Amino acid sequence: MRIPAAILTLLAGMALVLTGLWVGQNINLLPEDASLNAPVYDELFKVLFSIGTILLIGIAGLIVYSLVRFRRVSGDSGDGVAIEGNLPLEILWTAIPAVVVLFVGIYSYDIYDRMGGMAPLNDHSMHAMHSEPADGRTWAGISPVAQVGEGESAPLPIDVTAMQFAFIFHYPEAGITAGELHVPLGQPVALTMKANDVIHAFWVPQFRLKQDVIPGQPTLLSFTATRPGRYPIVCAELCGPYHGGMRSTVVVEEPQTFADWVAQNSPAASPEAPTAVQS
Amino acid sequence: MTLTLPSASPTAAPLQPQGWLRYLSFSTDHKVIGLQYLVCSFIFYLVGGALAGAIRTELLTPISDFLPRETYNEVLTLHGTVMIFLWIVPVVNGAFGNYLIPFYVGARDMAFPRLNAVAFWLIPPAGLLLISSYFIASAAQSGWTAYPPLSLTTPATGQIIWILSVLLLGGSSIFGGINFIATILKLRRPGLKLMQLPMYCWAMLGTSILVVLSTPVLAGTLVLLSFDIIAHTGFFNPALGGNAVVYQHLFWFYSHPAVYIMVLPAFGLVSEILPVHARKPLFGYTTMVYSIMGIVFLGLIVWAHHMFTSGTPPWMRLFFTIATAFIAVPTGIKFFNWLATLWGGKIALNSAMLFSCGFILNFVFGGITGVALAQVPFDIHVHDTYFVVGHFHYIVYGGTVFVIFASIYHWYPKVTGRLMNEPLGRLHVLLTFVGFNLCFAPQHWMGLNGMPRRVAEYDPQFELINQVSSVGALLMAISTLPFLVNVVLSAFRGEPAGDNPWNALTPEWLTTSPPPVENWHGEAPLVHEPYGYGVEPGALSLAATSGREIWAVGDPERKS
Repeated sequence: MRIPAAILTLLAGMALVLTGLWVGQNINLLPEDASLNAPVYDELFKVLFSIGTILLIGIAGLIVYSLVRFRRVSGDSGDGVAIEGNLPLEILWTAIPAVVVLFVGIYSYDIYDRMGGMAPLNDHSMHAMHSEPADGRTWAGISPVAQVGEGESAPLPIDVTAMQFAFIFHYPEAGITAGELHVPLGQPVALTMKANDVIHAFWVPQFRLKQDVIPGQPTLLSFTATRPGRYPIVCAELCGPYHGGMRSTVVVEEPQTFADWVAQNSPAASPEAPTAVQS
Repeated sequence: MTLTLPSASPTAAPLQPQGWLRYLSFSTDHKVIGLQYLVCSFIFYLVGGALAGAIRTELLTPISDFLPRETYNEVLTLHGTVMIFLWIVPVVNGAFGNYLIPFYVGARDMAFPRLNAVAFWLIPPAGLLLISSYFIASAAQSGWTAYPPLSLTTPATGQIIWILSVLLLGGSSIFGGINFIATILKLRRPGLKLMQLPMYCWAMLGTSILVVLSTPVLAGTLVLLSFDIIAHTGFFNPALGGNAVVYQHLFWFYSHPAVYIMVLPAFGLVSEILPVHARKPLFGYTTMVYSIMGIVFLGLIVWAHHMFTSGTPPWMRLFFTIATAFIAVPTGIKFFNWLATLWGGKIALNSAMLFSCGFILNFVFGGITGVALAQVPFDIHVHDTYFVVGHFHYIVYGGTVFVIFASIYHWYPKVTGRLMNEPLGRLHVLLTFVGFNLCFAPQHWMGLNGMPRRVAEYDPQFELINQVSSVGALLMAISTLPFLVNVVLSAFRGEPAGDNPWNALTPEWLTTSPPPVENWHGEAPLVHEPYGYGVEPGALSLAATSGREIWAVGDPERKS
């Protein structure tokens, strides 16, 4: 006796969901994470990866199964079954994507909020109000405004100037101008970015952060680095012939090393002219 | 009556050239115009493909060593512009729209035949103008998006020629859109109701609404951009007090709907092809119509998802995220309906069907990455990277171009009266599918890991995977050869197809192949049920069905 189709379908569905969940959790397509909001991003990525895998394998399986199971045998010139529609089925497959999309939307809104993305633009006076609730989830990130949790140090302001084809970093407090971005580990950094000529974009893949740098319209970006190392800064907006070469490096250092770097490079210590892009 | 020699009666010579010459003439026959669009656009497709080859060759190595950097940017700008405005939009709208829509509504021609010919004849000069800019001065270097201030600072001649040709092509598109709307709404054969039209008519109606609503915005924007370049006005020039982001809003107000202008007709074509080769009615006709209209509406209010990193305010990011993600719902309905159309059919595994199924697979993949890209936090990381390049090639190539090939295999016997060669066709399917996925799937990984788009040089860690991608591109180029051989050989030596080789019910098959001028010798047929395939559940032939199929018929809810 054959196993009923309903049971086989149920088993296939369970296998599909488990495969999707396993793929989402265990296959890593992302570079290492080096900022506070990168693990949050990766959480969203895993969820989307799982849902996407389930959908793709499910639909691909259905197509391949249909093509094999319902292929026309040679010599058969008959028609299939004249089924023109099925309203309950249509409602079902309208409702399921709608619920999934709604879930993904709400979830990504939450992620976005945790990254600090919903903070209003150009509103520095609101700083105090953006302290997160006491659950310890304080994320700076795509937020234009650095969010400072209780007990954290104030954000380090850095001015970024993008031009064809380099980034220049200026530390207003220390008076340093550099071609590499040095930031201390664990301290929020607030970038104020302006472009001199055309639109550029500031992207650090390991921070999962990107912000266009737009002439005539300063943009803000803040982040907190969490892993020491050297990471690429990539220009992601076509800015001219040398766009591909417009790269720099962000150096994440232990606070003490960073303090040494500041001390060494402060104009008082070494009055030489700021160096150009070094990378 | 006696025969008169041609030389003896010069007045009898027709005003329009006959034979193959009419394809080079200002013909007003919708079928001639449709083929003019198809062949002309295919030539531009070869040009765009060659440009893509140049890009993939440059990216074989991490350093910029194949093309000068300026030339590389010209090549990528031309590649995007040619593929969008000279290949996909004219083919899925102009070529198949003109050939099929009059048949489907039971008309003898389009509503405005001369406007139709004008719309086509704008395309070759515009395309030649665009390509000639490379040889005259230098082509535009600011990408097909032409964002200012970059487009204001790159060499002006090329940028202006680019604007002119896009304006011409946009004009052609608007003429076509007006013509389709008028034909579908006003030239229907008496007795044919809107809800009895083949699905491609609905797709073209929706597409044409998008064309007519959004293309003028692009035209206006490009005129302002040209003022900024020539007359040094400051609409988009921050140095003169303009705003560069406003251009992006205006540009994407057209260019996001343009995605639907490229895929909605493809959805319509697939809806025609699947029922014929699966021998089943199109599943869920009514919901298909409503989902097209839903896509049209939503497609107009999602443009800012291209600008999540452009300093847009948070509320705008939230709104456009939700609107964008919700397009997945009507799109999903269409895909589930196609799957249900296949389910329980008697599927002919020919090239048209295989390309259509390839389209479904590729587009589902592109749709999944699209829903991911709609989420602001996700997009912030991968915006303007190879992830996006991979995504939109899955939509426009894996989606639309696969459908274009499926449609050519499907309607070739109608146009020529001969069938295309199936083994060559399946080879074409195989090479295209493998090459396409090899080329574009790895690009998602590159984008996630740090490779921005539109670069001639990149981090050496991506070298191997770029070479894999280039091999895929080479396979895609090779896949064109069996197709071209097939098209040319089948025209002369193909198996005669008869009038209706697929036993299809839509009106274009209810005439001779190739069809006569004015489409039918007698009165146009009145087709109330374009998808009336299939046997009634009770009438299944026992010899040809399995026991399980009979069970499924008894309980239609179990179908999926």
